Amino acid sequence: MQDIDELAAELRTDIEAAGSLDDLEAVRVRALGRKGTITHLMKGLGAMEPEERRAAGTALNVLKDETVVAIEDRRTSLRNLALTEQLATESIDVTLPVRAEGCGRIHPVSQVVDEIVAIFADMGFAVAEGPDIEDDFYNFTALNIPPEHPARQMHDTFYLEAERDGAPLVLRTHTSPVQIRHMRSSPPPYRIIAPGRTFRCDSDMTHTPMFHQVEGLAIGHDIHMGHLKGCLEEFARVMFEDDNLRMRFRPSHFPFTEPSAEVDIGCSRKGKELRIGEGGDWLEILGCGMVHPNVLENVGLDPNEWQGFAFGMGIDRIAMLKYGIPDLRAFFESDLRWLRHYGFAPFDVPTLAGGLAR
Amino acid sequence: MKFTLAWLKDHLESDASVEQIVDTLTAIGLEVEEVVDKAAGLDPFTVAYVVEARPHPNADRLQVCTVDTGTETLDVVCGAPNAHTGMKGVYAPVGTTIPGNGMKLKAAKIRGVESRGMLCSEREMGFSDEHEGIIELPEDAPVGEPVARVMGFDDPMIEIAITPNRQDCLGVHGVARDLAAAGLGNLKPLRTEPVPGGFESPVGVELRFDPKTRDACPMFVGRYIRGVKNGPSPRWLQDRLKAIGLRPISALVDMTNFITFDLARPLHVFDADTLSGGVHVRLAENGETVAALNDKSYTLDSEVTVIADDDGALALGGVIGGEPSGCTEETTNVFIEAALFDPVRTAATGRRYTIDSDARYRFERGVDPEFVRDGMEIATRMVVDLCGGDPSEIVVAGGPPDWRREITLRPGRVHHLGGIDVPRTEVRKILESLGFGVELVAGEMKAAVPPWRSDVHGEADLVEEVTRIYGFDAIPSVPMTNPSPVARTVLTTAQRRERDAKRILAGRGLMEVVTWSFTSSRLAKHFGDPAPDLYLANPITSDLDVMRPSLLTNLLAACKRNIDRGESQIALFEVGATYAGVTPDAQHLVAAGLRRGPNSMRHWSGEGRDVDVYDAKADALAVLQAVGAPMAAVQTMAGAPSWYHPGRSGSFNLGPKTVLACFGEVHPGMLGDLDIESPLVVFEVFLDAVPEAKGKKGHTRPRLDVSDLPAVDRDFAFLVGSDVPADDLVRAAASADKDLIVDVSVFDVFEGDSLEDGQKSLAIGVRLQPTERTLTEAEIDSVSAKVVAAVEKATGGQLRS
Repeated sequence: MQDIDELAAELRTDIEAAGSLDDLEAVRVRALGRKGTITHLMKGLGAMEPEERRAAGTALNVLKDETVVAIEDRRTSLRNLALTEQLATESIDVTLPVRAEGCGRIHPVSQVVDEIVAIFADMGFAVAEGPDIEDDFYNFTALNIPPEHPARQMHDTFYLEAERDGAPLVLRTHTSPVQIRHMRSSPPPYRIIAPGRTFRCDSDMTHTPMFHQVEGLAIGHDIHMGHLKGCLEEFARVMFEDDNLRMRFRPSHFPFTEPSAEVDIGCSRKGKELRIGEGGDWLEILGCGMVHPNVLENVGLDPNEWQGFAFGMGIDRIAMLKYGIPDLRAFFESDLRWLRHYGFAPFDVPTLAGGLAR
Repeated sequence: MKFTLAWLKDHLESDASVEQIVDTLTAIGLEVEEVVDKAAGLDPFTVAYVVEARPHPNADRLQVCTVDTGTETLDVVCGAPNAHTGMKGVYAPVGTTIPGNGMKLKAAKIRGVESRGMLCSEREMGFSDEHEGIIELPEDAPVGEPVARVMGFDDPMIEIAITPNRQDCLGVHGVARDLAAAGLGNLKPLRTEPVPGGFESPVGVELRFDPKTRDACPMFVGRYIRGVKNGPSPRWLQDRLKAIGLRPISALVDMTNFITFDLARPLHVFDADTLSGGVHVRLAENGETVAALNDKSYTLDSEVTVIADDDGALALGGVIGGEPSGCTEETTNVFIEAALFDPVRTAATGRRYTIDSDARYRFERGVDPEFVRDGMEIATRMVVDLCGGDPSEIVVAGGPPDWRREITLRPGRVHHLGGIDVPRTEVRKILESLGFGVELVAGEMKAAVPPWRSDVHGEADLVEEVTRIYGFDAIPSVPMTNPSPVARTVLTTAQRRERDAKRILAGRGLMEVVTWSFTSSRLAKHFGDPAPDLYLANPITSDLDVMRPSLLTNLLAACKRNIDRGESQIALFEVGATYAGVTPDAQHLVAAGLRRGPNSMRHWSGEGRDVDVYDAKADALAVLQAVGAPMAAVQTMAGAPSWYHPGRSGSFNLGPKTVLACFGEVHPGMLGDLDIESPLVVFEVFLDAVPEAKGKKGHTRPRLDVSDLPAVDRDFAFLVGSDVPADDLVRAAASADKDLIVDVSVFDVFEGDSLEDGQKSLAIGVRLQPTERTLTEAEIDSVSAKVVAAVEKATGGQLRS
């Protein structure tokens, strides 16, 4: 038995002393291998007397189990040590920049169209469309602008080389022809908005030959100017996110509406800075009115039965006002620096529930 | 349209302040654009009398002036050479801010002499640049009075925007009428009683038109005045004209300008001694010329109305007078013209010869047809007042066209259309104060339209008149409630696609741009010659002269501009219309984009590559997927239209005819034309061509079938001809066992090295997914053999060993 105690002490020392996994394995083989010390003692049991064998066997089994556990423990700690050493050599510079990912942007015009659609859709307006190349009838005559009307000259119309019905085709000067197309193609009542491109032969600091408008049209039996005011007030307050936004409806004149109005919103001007909703100044944002009886007749509706309002406003202008974009011309210059700055993240989809703008 | 407050009050009896007037003008539709009050800030500047001007004891160029300000007498040091004893000047007391230079005046000792204030020059007052001397006021200027009043600067100028329908407000009288209707005072009547004529006019008038063109000038009124003395007009008249930006010329000319702006009644005065025979109005003869008052000569034709004498055309009717027959300082006998000219012809003539005159502006909007004679009487009185002379009897040719009409305003109509209850008595009062004759007939209002309101034609116009005067502010807002308690989807499929295409492309790292719908024909020609129809007749520049056949021309130009700004990595897209023709169905919605330069920014890891065709292909594919194209049926074909690189481009097709998208490198010829260097790839997705999903109701998805049995992957490498499309090989492999093979992917392509010319190696991975039991080696070998056989049969290739 003394042999066993001595062996146990010897093995404990050897296991503790093993400095590497290889050393430890050598200790294990020496003790537990086929020719190992413990194995050797185990084999010797057969030659013993039963009494002696029982006692020695028990002691040997204990020794064997203890050795296995001790080796395993030592192995774990050696591994941990090795891993710690390895990790110490594996550090990187986390301050280096990440791989650049493409960063696309939505143009402010698209974003603002989506905002406008979200608001008017909530009031039951559908979205209608029409062609950019229009004929004289849809762009002018049907809208109560006869050939010699002074308003035609004010429109700075682009003409195409092509003609239809004896008059040159035009690039639509406003989105109002969509009203006509819509009313001619489906029965009343109507509630539509029509955003799109419009064209005027004009280019200077504040005008571009192409810009964007949104047209609105609501026709029913009893839609009156009170509805027009209510609709546009609600729109402007949601669009500019100001429930107390001051608004003013001024009498004006458009050939296709009667009565007609221009709409101003409250603002302040300090030097070059314009703030919507503050101060005592006014800023015009759109034109509107009750659809002219002649226009209704031109699309085959009886003005004594059907009536309603129409409006038109500049989308680019709304975008400039809402987002503080100073220069209209920059909208169409495709300058990446401008797009990165004024563009919108693709996942910023305007919704009324989540907010129109981030 | 400009006028001054005092001018307005000649027509409007009112105590209203400028602020009230300005607010009311805007509220009734006469939008105020500007108010200029030159007297603002000039209150402290008063008339002072220089009791004595004596030399400064210590300075040669200075004088010490003792001035009487009306309240005190004090000394002022003055450097102006024209300061002298006995003059009246503009005195600025200590503490005032000098308008011309913004300096605040302090009491100071100048070279030892106390100076308490200042005598001002025009420049210091901000009136002009004159600074040679101080302002010398008239001898009768009352000492102590504000200078602004004495100098006539205390009359604020108001400018309003007149909408094209309100020709009646192109005269101050009309503006006053509107303000009176709005409750701001009373409209003063005009003095239109006839001036008796002492003799028969030696100049006769005649309208020479055939019945078809008679409307060119329906009425002409003339009057001869002999013995006038022309010269500068009086101060009040000059001040009025200057205040609205007109240059005083002479009493006769100033009178016509004044009446034009006062009463919207254009007039013309001929020097009667230059006339040969009577005056007549007719259409011009072809080639006839007129030397006009603007020093230009015009060659006319029969579209133009002229006033002529026996020797030929004198003036363009309603547009501009002639130089030889105009008034001068020496003019002693005049012939005054007041006529009606057809708005359409007047406008056309003015446009054609680009003559913008105050007369044209009024005639083309329509002047009051009943005010021709009245205008003549007022003009006569004014000429006699200003220039003396002896008026003849009036001569008249023609007469006013029929303008009388009556409009019915049904009860309740103001409320039903205007959204506001206006008491009937108020409705009547408003209409009457605007000049309508109102009668009640069987409960309906009959409104006779006054001659100056050629814009009023229907009931809606009357509603506008009532509501604008009553006030749009008073109309209660009514919410535009949605008929559905919860808003329904409103976008059509096409509208959804447009949005989805934009958001997917931006999400893939491309910048959305908006470019012109027109483009340069030079670039457009790369897309096939655009139809002649699609050219603009009046392009804004020659670079934007045709409707774009593709979005790529403007995108490439935008790319070039960004390259020139120093951008290296460029990814742009636009979703918008292209134009194959001028009809609505020839306008197509396209999503197109380009990528240029490195695909990713330079990175320290050394990764990164240039863009290639497969980037553009991926963009196109992503758009097609996002807009719901039937992807299983979409085929990829080599080649694309002529503006692409013929060997490095492809298309996505649906069947043999429908092209959904193209992608590839741009043709090097076009890139060269734009001076852009490779690498650059583009794509175009024809959103209109993507069919709508058919017969699908709801959004239910098919049941998901997945197997938990292990899938088996096997790789194969084939030696095939270089021209064999990878897609053919993939399809062949996939078709070898449609039950088991769930995916085939290309993982390696190479040519050259040990391979013969004309051959390439294509390696594919094939995934087998059993659904019933785990596959045995024998079963896997059997499928592999089928794959090899199918590929060899379809492509003529061989399995590499």
